[in-house]
Amino acid sequence: MGERDGAEIFRAENLTRRYRDGGRDVLALDGIDIRLERGQRLGIVGESGSGKSTLVRLLAGLDRPTSGRVWFDGTEITDLPEKRLGFLRASVQMVFQDPRSSLNPRMRVGEIITEPLRSRLVRRQLADGVDHARRLAEVLAAVDLPPDAGTRYPHEFSGGQRQRIAIARALAPHPEVLIADEPVSALDVSVRAQVLNLLTDLVAARGLTLVVVSHDLLVVRHLCDQLAVMRSGRIVERGETSEVYSHPQTDYTRTLLDSVPRIRTSGR
Amino acid sequence: MSLLEVRELDVSFGRRRAPAVRGVSFSLDAGQRLGVIGESGSGKTVTALAVTGLLPENAHVGGSVRLGGTEMIGLDERGLARLRGDTVSMVFQEPMTALDPTMRVGRQVAEVLRLHQGAESGPARDRVIAMLDEVGLADPERVADAFPHQLSGGQRQRAILAMALINSPDLVICDEPTTALDVTVQALVLAKLDEVLQASGAACLFISHDLAVVSQVCDQVLVMLDGRIVETGTVERLFTAPEHPYTRGLVATAQLERADPGQRLPTVDDFYAEAEHG
Repeated sequence: MGERDGAEIFRAENLTRRYRDGGRDVLALDGIDIRLERGQRLGIVGESGSGKSTLVRLLAGLDRPTSGRVWFDGTEITDLPEKRLGFLRASVQMVFQDPRSSLNPRMRVGEIITEPLRSRLVRRQLADGVDHARRLAEVLAAVDLPPDAGTRYPHEFSGGQRQRIAIARALAPHPEVLIADEPVSALDVSVRAQVLNLLTDLVAARGLTLVVVSHDLLVVRHLCDQLAVMRSGRIVERGETSEVYSHPQTDYTRTLLDSVPRIRTSGR
Repeated sequence: MSLLEVRELDVSFGRRRAPAVRGVSFSLDAGQRLGVIGESGSGKTVTALAVTGLLPENAHVGGSVRLGGTEMIGLDERGLARLRGDTVSMVFQEPMTALDPTMRVGRQVAEVLRLHQGAESGPARDRVIAMLDEVGLADPERVADAFPHQLSGGQRQRAILAMALINSPDLVICDEPTTALDVTVQALVLAKLDEVLQASGAACLFISHDLAVVSQVCDQVLVMLDGRIVETGTVERLFTAPEHPYTRGLVATAQLERADPGQRLPTVDDFYAEAEHG
């Protein structure tokens, strides 16, 4: 646990996000209020179109709300121009679902991982003279990849290893918050456990604040102590994960939980 | 005689003959439901394609696949076309690619029917509506008149199910049929699949990476790894007392709800290590 645990790190008030999709007006977020404390691990679950990915993109400053306000670490980021978002870019890192499409196939793994360190915005936030080679070696070790991985290309790695590369890249600038959008959905079952173990260890060892977006309630139950259930652009239920699992308050959450397929071990 | 009899099936691709399936043998009786579990690259989809004669031209195939007494390996396109729909039909993962985007859904289902029974459009439409109703589509008339993009993912997958079942095939092959669906929709589609399979008495070869889903649908399971079968058994036996280290690892690691939150999860490697050290 870090010394500043419990302090507010993210706050959003009455967030809405509309966009046009092929002539249709889509209300992706419909008045979201959410607050997250440093050191918490928040899982956001919901089905496709529930707005869960839109919400984290707004928190990460990768998209702007149609209305409403967002704060990170006490500073309102809602209307800040990109050039003043350096502190957010360094502190909040994302890992996406499919490492095949999120890693540039023409760059060596070493360049991919140290890319955030070379960003002008991020560089200003970091201590002077970050040794890229040293940082690369550190994060490769942290995600259990061989030291020479940096000289190779993404396609030379398996799906699980590529997701490790994406995680190493996210760790490179020493973030405080890791946002993972469906981090294990594209992985085979046998690899999934390894990546979940890695995420659990890294978050604990570094005291990271974690936000996980997933359609998989069991993945979120494993990783997160806080849970928000989204449906049609709204948060329909929010609370401690264990509490929501054992005593869901809405029919929708109950339906979601009941729909999770479980291994049958007796007669059909 | 079994409905489906696969013997020593070998499939490799291209000039380098990269092996995808090696020495796979299994059989399936009428009405039986067999799940095929494996990860990407394990050969499960290639096996299904071999059973339906849908392998690409650069595939080298050895061994035997007998479906309803007919040898599928080396069978010409006309022979295969006769079997598809009547004897065997398929449901794939992505319903959008299996449907023609320019054609109304009802006509696509009727087309399958017409190909095999030469039905007139009047009675064919009635059969189509009845089938769409049977797979649990509310308002089947509207669905029949809709284009695929006007339906939700779950509705599309049910329409595909209707196409797969309308000729009362002996065998339905499902390859990750609910993987692209939301979890609540998946539950509805699986329940419907169970119901229609039961009603029609069709056998099912059900391919999935999801052990829980397979256990819900199937009686028997086979586990594939690197193109080979490593273990077979009934659902009850295989999921409660798996033998091969790979299966033991898969079963352990698939049951996330068994671990306490944040606790280290078992991995497949743990079980190989255990097997090695006795």
